[in-house]
Amino acid sequence: MSVQAFADLLERLVFTPGRNAKIALMRRWFAEQPDPDRGVGLAALTGELAFTAAKPMVIRELVESRVDKVLLALSHDYVGDLAETVALIWPQREGVNAPPPSLSEVVEGLELASRAEVPALMEGWLDTLDAGGRLALIKLVTGGLRVGASARLAKTALAEWSGQEVGEIEEVWHGVAPPYIPLFRWLEGQGPRPDAAGAPVFRPLMLAHPLEAPADVAAVEANPGDWRAEWKWDGIRVQLTAGPGGRRMWSRTGEDISGAFPEIAEAMEFHAVLDGELLVIRDGTVAPFSDLQQRLNRKVIGPKLMRDYPVAVRLYDLLLDGEEDLRALPFDARRARLEAWYARHAPARMDVSEMIPFTGLDHLSGLRDTARAASIEGLMLKRADSPYLPGRVKGLWWKWKRAPLTVDAVLMYAQRGHGKRSSYYSDYTFGLWRTNEDGTRELVPVGKAYSGFTDQELVMLDRWVRNHTTGRFGPVREVEKAFVLEVIFDAAQLSSRHRSGVAMRFPRIARLRPDKPAEEADALETLMAMVENRPAGA
Amino acid sequence: MTVTPLGLYCEPGNFFIDPSRPVERAVISHGHADHARPGHKAVLATPDTLAIMRARFGEDRAGDVQEPLRYGESVTRNGVRITLLPAGHVLGSAQIVLEWKGSRIVVSGDYKRARDPTCAPFEPMECDVFVTEATFALPVFHHPPAEHEIRRLLDSVALFPERAHVVGAYALGKTQRIIALLREAGWDRPVYLHGAVEKLCTLYESLGVPLGDLRPVPKGLKRGHPPILAGEIVIAPPSAESTPWARRLADPVTAAASGWMTVRQRAKLRGVELPLIVSDHADWDELLATIEEVRAPEVWVTHGRDDALIHALSLRGVRGRALHLVGREDEEDEGAPEAPAGTEVPAGAAH
Repeated sequence: MSVQAFADLLERLVFTPGRNAKIALMRRWFAEQPDPDRGVGLAALTGELAFTAAKPMVIRELVESRVDKVLLALSHDYVGDLAETVALIWPQREGVNAPPPSLSEVVEGLELASRAEVPALMEGWLDTLDAGGRLALIKLVTGGLRVGASARLAKTALAEWSGQEVGEIEEVWHGVAPPYIPLFRWLEGQGPRPDAAGAPVFRPLMLAHPLEAPADVAAVEANPGDWRAEWKWDGIRVQLTAGPGGRRMWSRTGEDISGAFPEIAEAMEFHAVLDGELLVIRDGTVAPFSDLQQRLNRKVIGPKLMRDYPVAVRLYDLLLDGEEDLRALPFDARRARLEAWYARHAPARMDVSEMIPFTGLDHLSGLRDTARAASIEGLMLKRADSPYLPGRVKGLWWKWKRAPLTVDAVLMYAQRGHGKRSSYYSDYTFGLWRTNEDGTRELVPVGKAYSGFTDQELVMLDRWVRNHTTGRFGPVREVEKAFVLEVIFDAAQLSSRHRSGVAMRFPRIARLRPDKPAEEADALETLMAMVENRPAGA
Repeated sequence: MTVTPLGLYCEPGNFFIDPSRPVERAVISHGHADHARPGHKAVLATPDTLAIMRARFGEDRAGDVQEPLRYGESVTRNGVRITLLPAGHVLGSAQIVLEWKGSRIVVSGDYKRARDPTCAPFEPMECDVFVTEATFALPVFHHPPAEHEIRRLLDSVALFPERAHVVGAYALGKTQRIIALLREAGWDRPVYLHGAVEKLCTLYESLGVPLGDLRPVPKGLKRGHPPILAGEIVIAPPSAESTPWARRLADPVTAAASGWMTVRQRAKLRGVELPLIVSDHADWDELLATIEEVRAPEVWVTHGRDDALIHALSLRGVRGRALHLVGREDEEDEGAPEAPAGTEVPAGAAH
């Protein structure tokens, strides 16, 4: 199979909004492609295939040798993206009838070629491919491959295709490498389960449901002694895996994020698997999530960044102690092992999440609502006898967020949704009033929400948007500033990236307020007063 | 030949070509809304184009005097000989050949060179001045064979049998070409039509273009009716997928058939899930090949990317001139306005 088939898969993934449709596309890839191409494709989908064999400059020079400069400039200006322009404009040499390369040929070719040989190699391949194939090839070679699916979704597709649990796949994942032939043999029932053999592997995290339904609340209330409580911190849930095979910090979806946090990896001088929350902690105080965001998506982690945003892990659970798997033990037993383990190792940049003693839910909700630190989202309730199970198992762990904050905001823009919502204006940008120096008032956008409403409310909002449009920008409509939305959110934080200077955490629409005049919506100062990361003296 | 605010005017013959407002005498290249407009006094066009104009504008607004002229036949007006030749764009589309005092101008209207089972193929004619469109006149536009794009559509239907596939296509030409190509590819199931594309399909069939089993998308479903047409192909005007009309369909895959689908950002902006590159306009290679074939030393460009085309012609020693005709909107661009709930988009909604 050629690069062409892979290009077709990428193309459809990029344009397909629906999760199930993406899974169907990937399932077909696994079912129909031969080895080793299917494994190379899987590596590309999971982000394990990163080349920087050629700089975009090389591609530009190649195309400039074949295309008139003026036409190239006009085309680039029209298309926008250089790789796409080159893919589309590439004039194939007459009489080329070599077959297009297979995906594995490309990968092998790039691995063996010296940097100086890459342009000639590329030129030969480009002549055999169509525009879609050329785009995939250029993106692959220059390291700009963007896949319309997460690694987690690719593994889910692998699970659905094979009938194996996704958790099982995660456990063997980091013990296999492209093109994953032993993995596919196992999934097709023709080979043994691959052995991770001491390599650090990700184990799917145990997740919680929100505690909302009255019956669930009553069940907790009936036997408070069966439950344990901890703060729910607003950071990044992580799994730490360390042992003779190496050290890794995984995100909730199994992405290796160790590289962005070298100081944590350095502190992992133990042989264990732990569950915890990655936080920015200064002098024992947890900073809000926006501080942690400063450490994400960075190419270079400099000493200043590490000094200004010092990270630590607050430990929740102990999954493996050495090679001993504790996941089947009840929570209380694991907690005792965690405390003993911590007392023994006392690793730097880590502490143990505090247990909160309580008498009943009333007591607990009082504690929850008086803890107004921005870094606390609410409480976690865990059954004392709960084993550590992968995924979101109902009835064992609950997350109990504190009451959200509220503002009444004015609908300003609406955008059409995707997939099932593509005929509905379902993404709403809303604003609050700001008073200018000359006393006039204007609306400033403060956030965007696309959830919280019922299906009937969506129909109603969609109709309102269509009937009150004042401007159109592609899929976005500007509307009359006349509809008030009651917006709830978990926290407000100062932000230099937003025009309003403030960002909301998890805004969603609580109620429609068609009765309320827009002039009576809240002012920006109201939201500003809710900000919790105000610098001292401000 | 002069350029006026109304469009191209042939002075010795005293007629306009594809004028943008009602005139005394018009010669019309084809039935698209930006070329054929209602209310002219006398209209000269192919019989099929006149039939399309009557269907779109009504019997009384398609020209008080209608003069049909078949492909290859000629008439003379004040010494100007007019001949119509197939342009391969849509059914009835014609190049307008004008001969006067020993020189020949060919006004190609809109045209393509790719195969189209619903209309006669373009016939090149050598001339002194060739008047061309330039809708897709950038070297990034290479339309793949339409058959290839139809296979991609059928492949998607096979992969998602639980979803309806809605192909956004212009009502005149593109719709019928897609249906005919589907039939050639072996799709013999009914093809379902949005109300705005029905009328012209019926007309094409009456003019001798068979389209097979066509059915209207069911209307007037009760609220809460389960979604319909899973596994089927529906043809609708561009943008219909974003109107409440689309809500009756089973989890629709929105496809769009247009030359603009070549560029990802345009496809993305439209929210298209399956972009199909099917165009009734000449792509870059077709434009250059055609201009070479007609051997015209001078080329006039009516609308589109005249900058790129004129530059490319200058490299070949051909003189190019941009006419900047106004009011030429290309029908492959997002055309139909959104209809309010419960109504259908009117035919020919691209004004």
